[in-house]
Amino acid sequence: MLNLYDCTLSSRLLLGTARYPSPAVLSEAVIRSGAGVVTVSLRRETAGGKTGGAFFELIRGLGVRILPNTAGCHSASEAVLTARMAREVFGTSWIKLEVIGHHDSLQPDVFELVEAARILTEEGFSVFPYTTDDLVVGEKLLAAGCRVLMPWCAPIGSAAGPRNRPALTAMRAAFPGIPLIVDAGLGRPSHAAVVMELGYDAVLLNTAVAMAGDPAAMAEAFAKATEAGRLAYIAGMLQPRDMAVPSTPVIGKAVFS
Amino acid sequence: MNLIVNGKSHSLETITLADLLQALEYEGNWLATAVNGDLVTREDRAKLHLAEGDRIEILSPMQGG
Repeated sequence: MLNLYDCTLSSRLLLGTARYPSPAVLSEAVIRSGAGVVTVSLRRETAGGKTGGAFFELIRGLGVRILPNTAGCHSASEAVLTARMAREVFGTSWIKLEVIGHHDSLQPDVFELVEAARILTEEGFSVFPYTTDDLVVGEKLLAAGCRVLMPWCAPIGSAAGPRNRPALTAMRAAFPGIPLIVDAGLGRPSHAAVVMELGYDAVLLNTAVAMAGDPAAMAEAFAKATEAGRLAYIAGMLQPRDMAVPSTPVIGKAVFS
Repeated sequence: MNLIVNGKSHSLETITLADLLQALEYEGNWLATAVNGDLVTREDRAKLHLAEGDRIEILSPMQGG
């Protein structure tokens, strides 16, 4: 079971709610994924508009935990205000903390991120920081009060998969008791399986499912890959070797010549 | 008085933030509001008096990754 801020979850897949072709497809994908947590956002509502209300009802009807994000924020102050507004609307102290520092790569501004994490933790938030695989930043986020780390494995929406496995491996080794969730960059189920085999506790993804030909089927594929990767990690995997090792016993082999 | 609501200029004779929401036909319990960069909770909207040039943000739930 996955434990995040004293909340126990049976699924190790967290799913985003953006970019689906329709609300119905989004609902079906969430259900097929088995995810216990979905990410949401806040945006400006037009005067007299009901857009947000309809979406809010849809998400609440799914019966999953809501993890609001601070997507689009570029400073600690913006992110802190967005988190406070999200708590007001969604009634949860969980916050996926994103502070973007680079327009092209959407790489987090880790300096602002740490500062925002410190402020929000002091205000009672449970912070899920979207970060890089930098170990020092990870340590500073934990010192700021975070009890979960969410490193990227590639830029948001890139579908590139784990670009730096040694760095992800080092991060797993550096923070043995901390839930680590790969957030951003996963493109296909095999990518999810790879990071779970590295010992990551969960994956958070959105675009790879939402933009698939059949989002609901892809959601299920990711769920199975995530579970398979976790099971393999627990089972203990054989390390690669340079030379062949016969799998069939050679003792008692017949001699024909 | 002139107010900036979600980045757009409005000329309104409203007294409180609650009045403003009503005048612009915002409704529902899913809205979050901020004035000049500070959160204003549901309970405080009727108590918050607006002033010339105030910047108001009115947000609602949206899809997110």
